[in-house]
Amino acid sequence: MAKYTFKDFKSDQEIRWCPGCGDFSILAALQRVLPQVCEEKGIDKDKVVVVSGIGCSSRLPYYVDTYGFHSIHGRATAIATGMKVANPDLCVWQVSGDGDALAIGGNHFIHAIRRNIDINLMLFNNRIYGMTKGQYSPTSMLGTVTKTSPYGTVEPPFNPGSLVLGAKGTFFARGIDTELALNQEIMLEASRHHGTSVMEFLTNCVIFNNGSHAHISDKEFKADRTIVLRDGEKMIFGRNRDKGIILDGWKLKVVTIGEDGVTEDDILTHDSRSDNLGLQTMIAEMKGPDFPVALGVIRDVPEATYEDEVARQVEEVRSKARVHNMDELLHSGSTWEQE
Amino acid sequence: MQHRVIDAKDVVIRFAGDSGDGMQLTGTLFANLSAIYGNGLSTFPDYPAEIRAPKGTVAGVSGFQVHIGSGKVSTPGDFCDMLVAMNPAALKANAKWLKRNATVLVNEDAFDDLGLKKAGFTGNPFEELHIEDRNIIIAPITKLTEESLKDSGLDIASIHKCKNMFTLGMACFIYSRPLDYVYTYLEGRFRKKHPEMIEPNRKVVNDGYNYAANIQAVADTYTVIPEAKEKGVYRNITGNQALAWGFIAASEKSGRPLFCGSYPITPATAILEELAIHKNLGVKTMQTEDEIAGICSAIGASFAGNLAVTTTSGPGLSLKSEALGLAVMTELPIVVVDVQRAGPCTGMPTKTEQTDLNEALYGRNGESPVVVMASHSPAHCFEAAFMAAKIALEHMTPVLLLSEGFLGNGSEPWKIPSMSDFPSIKPRLAVADGSKFQPFERDPETLSRSWAPAGTPGLEHRVGGLEKTHAGVLSTDPDNHALMVAEREEKVQRVSRDLPDLVIDGPSSGDILLVGWGGTLGHIMTAADELRKNGVEVSRVHFDFINPLPGNTREVLSGFRKIVVCELNNGHFQSYLRSCFPEFDYVGCNKVQGQVFLVRDIVEAVAPGLLNGKED
Repeated sequence: MAKYTFKDFKSDQEIRWCPGCGDFSILAALQRVLPQVCEEKGIDKDKVVVVSGIGCSSRLPYYVDTYGFHSIHGRATAIATGMKVANPDLCVWQVSGDGDALAIGGNHFIHAIRRNIDINLMLFNNRIYGMTKGQYSPTSMLGTVTKTSPYGTVEPPFNPGSLVLGAKGTFFARGIDTELALNQEIMLEASRHHGTSVMEFLTNCVIFNNGSHAHISDKEFKADRTIVLRDGEKMIFGRNRDKGIILDGWKLKVVTIGEDGVTEDDILTHDSRSDNLGLQTMIAEMKGPDFPVALGVIRDVPEATYEDEVARQVEEVRSKARVHNMDELLHSGSTWEQE
Repeated sequence: MQHRVIDAKDVVIRFAGDSGDGMQLTGTLFANLSAIYGNGLSTFPDYPAEIRAPKGTVAGVSGFQVHIGSGKVSTPGDFCDMLVAMNPAALKANAKWLKRNATVLVNEDAFDDLGLKKAGFTGNPFEELHIEDRNIIIAPITKLTEESLKDSGLDIASIHKCKNMFTLGMACFIYSRPLDYVYTYLEGRFRKKHPEMIEPNRKVVNDGYNYAANIQAVADTYTVIPEAKEKGVYRNITGNQALAWGFIAASEKSGRPLFCGSYPITPATAILEELAIHKNLGVKTMQTEDEIAGICSAIGASFAGNLAVTTTSGPGLSLKSEALGLAVMTELPIVVVDVQRAGPCTGMPTKTEQTDLNEALYGRNGESPVVVMASHSPAHCFEAAFMAAKIALEHMTPVLLLSEGFLGNGSEPWKIPSMSDFPSIKPRLAVADGSKFQPFERDPETLSRSWAPAGTPGLEHRVGGLEKTHAGVLSTDPDNHALMVAEREEKVQRVSRDLPDLVIDGPSSGDILLVGWGGTLGHIMTAADELRKNGVEVSRVHFDFINPLPGNTREVLSGFRKIVVCELNNGHFQSYLRSCFPEFDYVGCNKVQGQVFLVRDIVEAVAPGLLNGKED
């Protein structure tokens, strides 16, 4: 088994994203994390496949020096599914934008999650259609003015986390293009997770939706408006590390440590590994102005994967079968001899 | 009355009833036991789309026609010698298919006022249909079944479900069929889950048989004595089952695991169902979330090195169009099966047609050639699937295999082949040689690229739906695009080098050439024989391969003054042939009714009036 560095995952293709595009940083994180992924799994890079649909982010497979498939709009999930079922030894990474995964490909997205296919699905969410030059997407905020919504959208957006957890997804994490190290951490956890790992990366489209995440990612606000979750750690955030999340009855609440008798002990401890869909959904849905946006791995629970079950069934049936080849099949069941 | 057993050369029987009356099963069992008895046969299930359409109505009638013969039988038969009608609606829907000397067996218990009214009769149904001169057997089948099973302990609903077996027993007497096969079938069907149903069903079949013998309603019984057929082991097989098995055979020959991603759709579903059984042979099947995921998962599986197929019918093929274009562009081997049904849109899902040929040839954006081929009989579906897979794997192209509802559901006896008789399949696998893999570099002979399944060391590469160079680098260069378009087309055309030549049935030149493709073969063959018997000289040729056409197509067509293209659409293949060979004179023999040809449709198209006054 070869030992790799991030350079081994850089292809010779010229990168064609706009200068300043948030996609660069996600690509960099992937290229940096893949050597460790290969090492942990004990695989060479020919087992790595990057699959995408259509859109700006879907150009990514060309830039990674592994097997790659740039497919058609919305269908990357179905193609990735076929690959993984056909050859479970492959380490499959999917790249899809918010339009690709949640609009045209919404059906495949939820069904991959339902089946729990072991793929790593990177959802680049810039809340806009960039490649077609600026139309609203299923994650555009209500009222967003775009070329196809000149008076503002009248349809509410999806929160990808709600969709994933609503479909009983086994893994959901959220990153943001400005956080290279955190994104690598997320990718590594996703690769370790056995099942469909959905990673939402909030990315900035400098041309058509510039600053769509600035209200949480700018240095000035970041500490107060985001919370980075790590297992076993208290859900504490804020520039003074004095704010925390507690469970108040059935709801989450932001409190200040030291006020109203609140101590650090009262603050929730993050646990992505517990099968607690309700709480994890509430965490995934946190948003301003009342809550910080949750970053990091929100849910990571083990479940059987589809491709393992398919392979198991094949083996099980095979071990009991009386028919082992085509000639035997042809002569099985009801036949008669003509003399 | 003197009872005679008449030796008939061939007999057509149509079983018809409500869609819940079990007529498909009755017909299938009658066919299977005839096959085992050694008869040639051809079947034609004709059923409504609704699982249980309104009871007693003409719309809800389900029919199953069986044609048995001493020797090989090529069609399910135009008109029937016997009609079993389980209710007035079944009689009404099928009276037009009766031969003049036909026997009609009806279930008297269903011919009550309500039943007659539902079917729209106001008086004597036989007189209204002008069939009162036929040999009509009126039997109280429901009551007799109740009587037969009164001590069985079964509830009345279960007893009524057995009345199709009573009918089967009667048919077996009339046509001198041994009952052993029915008994074996009942054992197998009920042994595990409902052993208590074996004996009652057995009894009912037996009582039906004896009842027919006792009432002497038929003056004569018939036997269709099998002619000596080619020696060997035979089985009965439907087109859909044969297709599934053909792919498994190709998987074994090529050493590539079989993957099938499909979404259920009538009348193709049985292929996915059949493949799902054979996990013992390493088959992986996925019932996907939609038609698009069906083909996309197959494309993914192909990229990962499997023999990948997806199965569908017309509306599903429409949904798969874009992804089929992706397979064209990435030059990955997949097989798409379209079991055609009557369209457009949902059309008539359970009725057969050949109306998807234009879509198969042209239904994609851009210059998007695929190999298009067709199966011509239920058993031929095996070979067709095998060949489709072989072409896909050896030429690195998607292959669209057209079947038809008529073939998929129909069955025929099949002399079981040996896998050693089938050719090898050699997928064009790339070999790593240390240099940078050029994914679209082509073999100079076939122009096909080589296949580097994901996971192969040293051959990492990227493919996709965008135009690129031989090296796999994205390109919008005008000359490169023109070159790649031309090469993809030429690659498909060169498949013809591997195809068998057309074989003419009859002289190689003359006035009339009958041309067909797909499931019309049996009807056209029979029509050609009929024409010759009546002194009309015709030759005949049948196409299993449509794009590319066999190499000798022009030569064959050039021998005839008039080319009659027979197809169950408004002239797709005729237009295609005309666009390929505009120098010849074509006429169409077309039918778009959701039904197969009648032999006389074709005879009439060639020689109008020839059959006037002749018995059907």
